[in-house]
Amino acid sequence: MRLLSATLAIAWKDVRLEIRSRDTVVSALIFGLIVVVVFNFGLNRTPGSLAPAAPGLLWVAYGFVGVLAMNRAFAREQEQGALDGLLAAPVSRDAVFLGKMLGTLAFMLVIEGVLLPVFAVMLDLPALSPTLGLIILLATIGFATVGTFFAAIAAQTRSREILLPVLFFPVIVPVIIAAVEATALVLQGGPMQAVWTRWLPLLVVFDALFLVICPWIFGYVFEG
Amino acid sequence: MSHGSSGSPAISAAGLRKDYGDRSVLRGVDISVPWGQTAVLFGPNGAGKTTLLRILAGLSRPDAGDTHIAGFQMRRSGGRARTLVGFVGHQTLLYSDLTCRENLVFYAKLYGVEDSAHRIGRVLERLNLADRADRRVRTLSHGMQKRLSLARAILHEPAVLLLDEPESGLDADSVASLGHLLKDWSTSGKSALLTTHSSEIGQAWADRVFILERGRLAGESPVHGNALPTQSASRPGAAHG
Repeated sequence: MRLLSATLAIAWKDVRLEIRSRDTVVSALIFGLIVVVVFNFGLNRTPGSLAPAAPGLLWVAYGFVGVLAMNRAFAREQEQGALDGLLAAPVSRDAVFLGKMLGTLAFMLVIEGVLLPVFAVMLDLPALSPTLGLIILLATIGFATVGTFFAAIAAQTRSREILLPVLFFPVIVPVIIAAVEATALVLQGGPMQAVWTRWLPLLVVFDALFLVICPWIFGYVFEG
Repeated sequence: MSHGSSGSPAISAAGLRKDYGDRSVLRGVDISVPWGQTAVLFGPNGAGKTTLLRILAGLSRPDAGDTHIAGFQMRRSGGRARTLVGFVGHQTLLYSDLTCRENLVFYAKLYGVEDSAHRIGRVLERLNLADRADRRVRTLSHGMQKRLSLARAILHEPAVLLLDEPESGLDADSVASLGHLLKDWSTSGKSALLTTHSSEIGQAWADRVFILERGRLAGESPVHGNALPTQSASRPGAAHG
């Protein structure tokens, strides 16, 4: 119960800070829109020619905006040493990690929710489906879990903006592969069996695994 | 009020060592602060004062040695020990885009403070911040932010206060208020350990003085009248407790 209340308090604090400043969501959203627009006009020579590349483009955009959001998540804690305030409090490191992860997840889902319709219109694809929503949710949980962990590590260094993507993308490759493959099947209207039997289970297993590993290592790294 | 394990000092550290790379910051420090006392830690820059306070607050792990808060070992009973500590560092540990009240509500949740609205009102009153309660922290002066940081540290009524140069950035009235707060604190049986570079302030507030030099305890003494630790550097001079 204490874990849950502390986790929600930390996540709600991040949401409230974001509502006040809007710096993470707005900057990530603008960046995401630019990526979608640039890809569209840079590659779209004939109508429909981007369809095979569309899933990759979507997840490249999501990956980049995710890194922007993650970088801000712990930068905010560094500004007045607030991370020390969290770590000095009698709450488990799991609660600190999960609270920060939930905040990042919320920001990413908002940004992705806004970008998806834009993506659908620009690339003329049927991108609004419940299955795609589930793929995005599971992949974003993986992004937020791994990203929050590496953002916490990177925030302790002077070159955090560079270090985070260098650490993050190699580990998140299985999620990107599963998300791109599943998204391709959904957008192309192909057989959905592989989505349900292969790619979604892969995402679930990845999420479950890293939801255990990341808080555990976070607790060790930040144990006083 | 419970002060933890019976017979244990408020703060104790034994054989603390801390290295950053090949630089030793603490080289076997032993200190003990009894209940109902305010202890002042003197020492030149780089002596290891901040590192010692961070280890006692559970923010940094010593390479060797043990720390206990009210008899609870930080390494094994960190959650319990942290409940008993209020920490003020060089930075405010606050969120600039939240109001004073929102910051305190957040920390009250983390510390499980009961009747938090009432308690927040009291600490804001105590630190003369009641009229700024709903202003964002970034709009406050440095001194006010420092006072809010103190409010955050005493919000959960900890048994032990750890204060790293708490007087820095405060005006004369605020320093006097802090002195009164610490006096009340020790009178109520609680303890505090603070660092300062001001021998005047340290002498006025201290029941006990420690001198740290190059990571070692170079002097320690209870303060009775003019009795002070015999130590060449940082000698505080006459004191009253």
